[in-house]
Amino acid sequence: MKTLTKSSLRKTATASLPKWKLRLYVADNTSKSVAAFRNLKQLCEAHLAGRYQIEVIDLLKNPQLAQGDQILAVPAVVRKLPAPIRKIIGTLADTERVLVGLDLQPNEANAFDPRQSL
Amino acid sequence: MKKTNTKSKIKSLRKSPTGIRGLDEITEGGLPSGRPTLVCGGAGCGKTLLGMEFLVRGATEYGEPGVFMAFEETSDELSANVASLGFDLPALVAAKKLMVDYVFVDRAEYQETGEYNLEGLFVRLGYAIDSIKAKRVVLDTIEVLFGALPNQAIVRAELLRLFRWLKAKGVTVIMTGERGDGTLTRYGLEEYVSDCVISLDHRVVDQVTTRRIRVVKYRGTTHGTNEYPFLIEKDGISIWPITSVQLEHAASLERIPTGIERLDTMLGGKGFYRGNSILLSGTAGTGKTSVAAAFADATCRRAERCLYFSFEESPSQIMRNMGTIGIQLEPWVKKGRLQFQTVRPFHYGLEMHLARTIKAISEFAPDVVIIDPISGLDTSGTPLEVKAALMRLMDFLKGKGITAMLTDLKMGGSFIDHTDAAISSLVDTWLVLRDLESNGERNRGLHVIKSRGMGHSNQVREFILSSDGIQLTDVYIGPSGMLTGSARVQQEGRERAERVTLNEEAERQQLALECKRAALEAQIAALRAEFSGEEAIITRTVRKDKQRGAVLALDEAAMGRSRQGDVVKSNGGRVRVNGEGAKHA
Repeated sequence: MKTLTKSSLRKTATASLPKWKLRLYVADNTSKSVAAFRNLKQLCEAHLAGRYQIEVIDLLKNPQLAQGDQILAVPAVVRKLPAPIRKIIGTLADTERVLVGLDLQPNEANAFDPRQSL
Repeated sequence: MKKTNTKSKIKSLRKSPTGIRGLDEITEGGLPSGRPTLVCGGAGCGKTLLGMEFLVRGATEYGEPGVFMAFEETSDELSANVASLGFDLPALVAAKKLMVDYVFVDRAEYQETGEYNLEGLFVRLGYAIDSIKAKRVVLDTIEVLFGALPNQAIVRAELLRLFRWLKAKGVTVIMTGERGDGTLTRYGLEEYVSDCVISLDHRVVDQVTTRRIRVVKYRGTTHGTNEYPFLIEKDGISIWPITSVQLEHAASLERIPTGIERLDTMLGGKGFYRGNSILLSGTAGTGKTSVAAAFADATCRRAERCLYFSFEESPSQIMRNMGTIGIQLEPWVKKGRLQFQTVRPFHYGLEMHLARTIKAISEFAPDVVIIDPISGLDTSGTPLEVKAALMRLMDFLKGKGITAMLTDLKMGGSFIDHTDAAISSLVDTWLVLRDLESNGERNRGLHVIKSRGMGHSNQVREFILSSDGIQLTDVYIGPSGMLTGSARVQQEGRERAERVTLNEEAERQQLALECKRAALEAQIAALRAEFSGEEAIITRTVRKDKQRGAVLALDEAAMGRSRQGDVVKSNGGRVRVNGEGAKHA
């Protein structure tokens, strides 16, 4: 398990903005896994710069963790925070659907809770 | 652990016994080891339960731990559901003999955003299998994935991969599948499983449901192909197939008493043959149950076990009623030698009923089975079905060497026509109880219609129930026909009186004869006396005549000498007179 924490996160984050905690489940270091991680990171940088956390879990190394988030398909992203939990599967190539799936408003300038802004 | 097909010595398909009663019998050893088996059927037909029992039996009886991957129920729900069957899942889980993995699949959660596969499922399953070294896996039911994941092509491809992967892991798999419209499963799971397919069914016929199981296909082995009814009861699933229909049971020479002394006498003096089947037919109230109870009592007295199926009366009712004719059954029930099974047959379908009957017999292992009455089965099937079911039951009993007594209630006056020919040809001994109605009263008669392999009485006996028990007496057969009951008693009295009269007459005649003889003898004595008197007189007369004759002859000779002899001729007559007198003397 490796945890990516952007050093910039602490600097730019303000107390009013909700913190995003994402978990990326992959199985082995395959091209799909790499693509999913790349896509997720890009997306977060674009829309959640400074207030996100991505945890990558390789199920081959930690198979017991698959049960907790009910993971069947990989790659899969689970939005742990903000609640509620949301799940999307695939390499995250379709940015539009990822945004819908994570319930993330593009260019979240006003930084309100995403649900309220719907 | 692995049982091979006993029929072939060549390396044959390895099988994993399910431990489910009867299933191993119809699959001839169990499910194919290391291969997937599809169990399909409609809602509520017992798929999950079959899978779970396969794992529990595997873990407890065959030392094969198992993984239950549940897509529909949580592990808590599963534990609660199967606890009623006596399966303690938490204990098995704690002992690392079983693992329940609940896979929650919610379509709303699955937003597809590019390529993916089901490696997560593989990982989970692989982890579960490895962590308890599982040999058995149940997937219940994996077709949930079809509904949840938008991309069917990926699901199908991944399922193919899954089954290859499971085969490579060498685990025996049951996957369940919901019945589809005209197909075995809704999503065509049978395409992925080519080794063994078992179909479960839950049919309602005439408001009666029967669960049935059928092995649709089993590659590489023979198997029972019929539909077999199965039960889900407090000890899990059980199937009671009657697979052997050959008549190859060994005939016993042992005789067992009937519990009615004179009935034994009627049956060659010794009673029934052990292992035979006895039919007891008769109209209502002729005492069928009493004869059956007497037989049950006699069985228990010999310290044997008797299983009594009563379709019409409750055990306490039978025991009370039999108590009034001096047959106490309750002590035998308490001692565990006698068991009652009471159920109305129409609660179940015929097949189910048969299965329950065989289950009860197999569990109790009785020496004698009484079914009272078989006509109770008529309500649960067509006559043809009932016959077939009875035939199978009788074959089963004979195969086990169990003596069976069946009672059969017949309606109407004709006692014999209504007993189905098929049933009567199945039984070895056929006793008929009948009403004998005459002189305004009904009496019971018993006779033996047939009894294979023994000399038996051709007589009708009167069958009397009293507080002293059951008695058989001779009926009166005479010039005025067959009499029973008070008519018989009356007739016997009349005969006794007649006999007395006859005796007196004979004595009187005897006396008269004596008198005659005495009179005759007196007469003879008188005659004899008279004769001897006469005889004495005549003898004396003759002697006198003779003396006088001799004197005359002397005189004549003297005269002849004096007269010169020419008058001899005239004297001849006198000589002759003398001669006659001599003759008389």
